[in-house]
Amino acid sequence: MSIILRLAWRNLWRHKRRTWLTVSAMVFSNVLLVFMISLQLGTYKMMIDNTLNAFSGHIQVQHHLYNDDPKIRYSIPEIIQLTGQLQHALGSDAVSARASAFALASSEQRSYGIQIIGVQPQSEFKVSTIPGLVKEGRYLSDPYAEEIVIGKVLARNLKVKVGDELTLLGSGRDGSFAAGIVKIAGIYESGLTDLDRGMVEMPLLYFQQLFVMENQGHAIVVNVPDLFEVNQWQQKIIQQIKVQPELLALNWMELQPGLLQAIQADMSSAWFMYGILIILVAFSVLNTQLMSVLERTREFGITMALGLKPGKLARLIILETGLMASLGLLLGCLIGFLITLYYQRYGFYYPGMEEMAIKFNLPDRMYPSASWLSVLFGPLIVYLFSMLATLYPALRLYFLRPVDAMRAA
Amino acid sequence: MTAISCKALCRTFQQGEVKITGLDQVTIDIDDGEFVCLSGPSGSGKTTLLNAMGGLDTPDSGQITVNSQRIDHLSKGEMADMRLHKIGFVFQAYNLIPVLTAQENIEFVMQVQGVPATKRHIKSLEVLKEVGLEGAADRLPSQLSGGQQQRVAVARAIVSKPTLILADEPTANLDTKTASQLMDLFVELNRHHKITFVISTHDQRIMTYARRLIKMQDGKIISDEKLSSAIQ
Repeated sequence: MSIILRLAWRNLWRHKRRTWLTVSAMVFSNVLLVFMISLQLGTYKMMIDNTLNAFSGHIQVQHHLYNDDPKIRYSIPEIIQLTGQLQHALGSDAVSARASAFALASSEQRSYGIQIIGVQPQSEFKVSTIPGLVKEGRYLSDPYAEEIVIGKVLARNLKVKVGDELTLLGSGRDGSFAAGIVKIAGIYESGLTDLDRGMVEMPLLYFQQLFVMENQGHAIVVNVPDLFEVNQWQQKIIQQIKVQPELLALNWMELQPGLLQAIQADMSSAWFMYGILIILVAFSVLNTQLMSVLERTREFGITMALGLKPGKLARLIILETGLMASLGLLLGCLIGFLITLYYQRYGFYYPGMEEMAIKFNLPDRMYPSASWLSVLFGPLIVYLFSMLATLYPALRLYFLRPVDAMRAA
Repeated sequence: MTAISCKALCRTFQQGEVKITGLDQVTIDIDDGEFVCLSGPSGSGKTTLLNAMGGLDTPDSGQITVNSQRIDHLSKGEMADMRLHKIGFVFQAYNLIPVLTAQENIEFVMQVQGVPATKRHIKSLEVLKEVGLEGAADRLPSQLSGGQQQRVAVARAIVSKPTLILADEPTANLDTKTASQLMDLFVELNRHHKITFVISTHDQRIMTYARRLIKMQDGKIISDEKLSSAIQ
């Protein structure tokens, strides 16, 4: 170990209590940051996965006008064939075609406006959790059957049960009158109130017949195995559909801007708090190092008299802070990681989280997710700010004259 | 050859409303290998002159030349380099780095000079032996007596083989016996290594070691005499 390094290390422990207090502030903030960022990232991933897996998927191929203005005429031609082509090109069976229309659903007692989704029963369960959320009856099975699954809230509102019939009235793609009678095959409960109250699913082939769609649909839904692969898959899909310029591939951020905004808003408020924490730690470091420089002014004068340049003295102070911040970083990351690992395994619950859980289709326990990013990002920012906080005491040394420094008490 | 040449050095200090004269038109030449004592009462300008000679302070006017190099207009960095390689300092209060051992205090200067670790280690032990502290290498300054600390400070000053050592009241905190031992060491270093010594003191016993005695008062040199009766 070089003498300069030894000097820096021993200087730190001249005032053990003060150094430990500063290191403790760093450790505390690092532990908090590691845990909170892991929790945030874990929650976001869960929110995204649960919301996207419920219905919208990670990527959708649509007519280029459909997302902004979901009219029945903005459709994808030969949708079944294109779906098969994409399944083949992507090497994935998590690709499924859908069509959508609005209609009036009437039971014997009541009528409600609903959104009808035509789905491919054999592949829909690969891109949506709705088939697995059927609580009464069964999910769709026959692609030609005149049957339907509806949400629990809608069933309650219409006062119907499995096996009852609903009359559907709407407009076909050609503007004609679309009417049909369908049997309720199952009732699902997603936990997402909007879906449970207003969305029903029926086989795509029957939908095309009912709404005069002629082998057309409105979306091809693709689920990607990992959120980080979305862009890569989106590019592959764009390559496949480039011969049809009226089509485009939208990722989840374009499909669910509300979800993205909710995450961004949460991130902003969280980082505001983290920012305050980091600045407090930086001031603590500034205080420690400034005190340390002031009380050693005479000693610095001596070392300058011996021939040490102000730049090297400044580097000594920066090295001292670097050592202190490294200690804070190591201990903070280690303790934060261990706490995060515990809660990653067992999860935790806090009162009042039911509302958010229901809104974003989350489980009733929170699970942080430790990763390199979540463990290192916050502590590295603390490290950076600690080093920045040292610049002022270090700069003071540049303007120190040996003769004045040696006169200091 | 001239080790230090000062021409018409002036230095004033502002203390509140009062202007204090530290150096008033001081002109002096010190040759290589000389053993010089600066004497005079407190406030006579001894330390101010030493600080100016060592580049620790800049005079208001005048010229200082060390080893034929003008130093009064050097930058901070150039001045630090000159001190590192050509001048050794010994201070009244020893001024060792408290968290480094005796050997590390000596090595510290060499590390700043960029001397490799092995060479540093060997040389620092040699210098400690030379000042009679071979057994104290691993002791911290707080574990050494005042005399021992001052010997470490001398070892630190001579380790880079400077041509000039400036000592500001080096014996002020030492008892008579230790002060004599230190002065004997200075004389020996002056004789064997041809190091020029400029020592400020107001101790009459120390002045008896000087071959040249310069007396100062109110920032001026009032006498400059060669002594043939110096203890050598």
